[in-house]
Amino acid sequence: MIKTCRNLIIAAGMAFAGMTGMAVAAGDAPAAPKQEWSFDGPFGTFDRAALQRGFQVYSEVCAACHGMQYLHYRNLGEAGGPEFTEAQVKAIAAANDVADIDDEGEAIDRPGLPKDKFVSPFANQRAAAAAHGVAPPDLSLMAKARVGGPDYIFALLTGYEDGPEDFDGANYNKYFPGHNIAMAQPLFDDQVEYQDGTAATQEQMARDVSHFLMWAAEPKLEARRSLGIRVMLYLLVLAGLMYFVKRKVWADAH
Amino acid sequence: MSSNNGPKRDFIDPHDLAEPFESNNGIVNWMESRLPIISLVYNAGFSFPSPRNLNYFWTFGMILSFMLVFQLATGIVLVMHYTPHVDMAFASVEHIMRDVNYGWLLRYAHANGASFFFIAVYIHMIRGLYYGSYKAPREVLWIIGVAIYLAMMATGFMGYVLPWGQMSLWGVTVITNLFSALPLIGEPLVTLLWGGFSVDNPTLNRFFSLHYLLPFVIAGLVALHIWALHVPGNNNPLGIDVKGKQDTLSFWPYYQIKDMFALVLFLIVFMGFVFYAPNMLGHPDNYIEANPMQTPPHIVPEWYYLPFYAILRSVPDILFIPAKLGGVIAMFGAIAIWALMPWLDTSRVRSSRFRPVWRWFVFIFLADMLVLGWLGAQVPNDVLVLIGQLCTIYYFAFFLIIMPVMGLIEKPKPLPTSIADEVLGGAAAPDGAAAAQEKRG
Amino acid sequence: MTADNTQSAHGHDEDVTRRDILYVGTAAFAAVGGGAAVWPLVDQMNPDASTLALASTEVNLSAITEGQSVTIMWRGTPVFVRHRTAAEIEEARAVPMGDLPDPQADDERVQKPEWLIMRAICTHLGCVPLGEQGDFNGWFCPCHGSHYDTAGRIRKGPAPKNLEVPPYEFLSDSVIKIG
Repeated sequence: MIKTCRNLIIAAGMAFAGMTGMAVAAGDAPAAPKQEWSFDGPFGTFDRAALQRGFQVYSEVCAACHGMQYLHYRNLGEAGGPEFTEAQVKAIAAANDVADIDDEGEAIDRPGLPKDKFVSPFANQRAAAAAHGVAPPDLSLMAKARVGGPDYIFALLTGYEDGPEDFDGANYNKYFPGHNIAMAQPLFDDQVEYQDGTAATQEQMARDVSHFLMWAAEPKLEARRSLGIRVMLYLLVLAGLMYFVKRKVWADAH
Repeated sequence: MSSNNGPKRDFIDPHDLAEPFESNNGIVNWMESRLPIISLVYNAGFSFPSPRNLNYFWTFGMILSFMLVFQLATGIVLVMHYTPHVDMAFASVEHIMRDVNYGWLLRYAHANGASFFFIAVYIHMIRGLYYGSYKAPREVLWIIGVAIYLAMMATGFMGYVLPWGQMSLWGVTVITNLFSALPLIGEPLVTLLWGGFSVDNPTLNRFFSLHYLLPFVIAGLVALHIWALHVPGNNNPLGIDVKGKQDTLSFWPYYQIKDMFALVLFLIVFMGFVFYAPNMLGHPDNYIEANPMQTPPHIVPEWYYLPFYAILRSVPDILFIPAKLGGVIAMFGAIAIWALMPWLDTSRVRSSRFRPVWRWFVFIFLADMLVLGWLGAQVPNDVLVLIGQLCTIYYFAFFLIIMPVMGLIEKPKPLPTSIADEVLGGAAAPDGAAAAQEKRG
Repeated sequence: MTADNTQSAHGHDEDVTRRDILYVGTAAFAAVGGGAAVWPLVDQMNPDASTLALASTEVNLSAITEGQSVTIMWRGTPVFVRHRTAAEIEEARAVPMGDLPDPQADDERVQKPEWLIMRAICTHLGCVPLGEQGDFNGWFCPCHGSHYDTAGRIRKGPAPKNLEVPPYEFLSDSVIKIG
């Protein structure tokens, strides 16, 4: 059955290759408005407090349905990220049950360790799809896998509206392509209680979790930019030197 | 390297203009009498006489050599961490990005390196087009270049498959399905390419193998390309032949230093992308793992294929040729036609600088390529399809009609008598021994 | 070049020197950058973050009875954790230093005498020795016949050194952390 289904899709691909025409998913959603982020621009860095709050939103709200399979608990303590302390990372990891086998080979759940991957809410994609109709996508790379990145995530999380009269879908979202989104509005004011006393408005939580997802998708952003500055400065100086060398050498040629 | 024992040529062997390699060093001479590799490197890379008027467009040959080595080096180390299996490929790329020391740098450098390799090769090709570098006696040099370009296209395409994102899977599905347009052998050929009935693990594995192999084929072709360059020597912006020593400068230090300066400038732009916009030339959908059950709403190839992709989509049913087959023929024809340029161009003058009408057709052709590139990234509608068809017609007309006809009817501007006269303002006297050289088209 | 310079006019001489400084300085600057650019290509072969995350292992000792030993995995290689008997400890302590090719007292090799923790890698060529075998009631490596005593010290055979004790600490009386 799956095979047939797949062949049908391949056939659709072939039709596509014929280029007689192309069906486009209803993509009439407006572009996500540009937000201001601390990581904007060539020298931008993540805001640790925002990342820690964003992780809290993820783990208390999003993680009920969405996994982050490319992250490990140890990442939460690494430089350039939320930078939780080692003890905090251990505690966060230990709060999750990780499937493992014991010395007798019996399946057990043990407390998580920093080396473990983020525990997924579902055993596999099919279980996720069975529970939700559509499998909730993994969030590890969400901020790089959508046009607009964190701006889009923020717009989506704050873009739930009452649909037009004739709207006949699950949930209406202004920024979702086609507007009909399977995910119900996830964030409401005061849904989480921030430990640093920040008021947990819907907008604040959306902003923090978007910030967190940007780090999750691009954890080496700060390392990249700080190395980049050194490389660019080096190349500019070398270009200057080479300019004079070239002029000196060519002075003989004329 | 001397011309007096080879076939008769109607151009100067550039190596005849250089001082022959000599050494007083016993070890060097011992080696030379057994394997003359030191003199080979010296003659090819140092003493090689090049026209003294080469401009910065001529630095891209060296930049391309650098990019080939750069891609090989970063690619070989990425392979140390990459897993070519459909279940693990995507995760192994994320492992490189997150865990491997400098993995993010190596991967971004390699991915953007492909784009900058193509930027450099397009500039190199446009330079050849504008200054007539494909014309006699450089036809073989040019054809090898077209072969390198084709091998680069294949390599880049297969490399894009390896991260096994949505664009990887669906890009390869669409492109391999092009072959199904061929009559009779089409379907079995596609099955053969896939190693199955869809793009799956066998496909990924063989593309990985070939992506690793092809760059070494390119390296071999580059060696031939450089060999073929060193027989007639460099063309130049005036397009006229070198007539003697006064027209040339030795490769070292003049052109090596100039090339290196240009390389540093190129690297500034390249590294700017690697460090500050590493995903700008990529597509967000390739950060979604490949899913054979769901096609992304809008498939776009990498930017460097876009003009040809637009040509593919522009071809309608023509007589008995269905649009699908016609598109495939047009797309591959659009690349293959570059190899015929030495014979399609009938002009006796190489450089467009002296062809007042033709050069405007060249500029229009470049604009045409840009429009086609833009169209390749758009969702086609009636208007865009029409624009695409007009651009495709111009593309082929440029090669098949304008190129031969302009050579016959255009009156070129008078050519300078020699490179040295033009550059040094007539200060240097022409070398009598070489002045008998006839100007050729 | 200096030989030529001494013969040329003073002004020209200075020009050549300045030019040389520019050339040599630029070449050196470029070489430094080129060298630095190679480092990522080399460093990528060092253990990555996921490997380093596995660099320490915790072992619960409470289930290991006296006279029993377990083998656990640490950094991809086996480690022996042996709960030694009083007789084994006595035997190890009684060996005169002069009999040892790699002299080391028993109490230098253990933090608590009853717990002997060693990498299970023969110091000869890297095979895994067999437990409670050999001429000294310790370990015996089947590859080339090295005999180790009850403290894991080499006594006979080609191995040059005692079995290596990895870094470890007691987190509590019954839990150790290796690495």
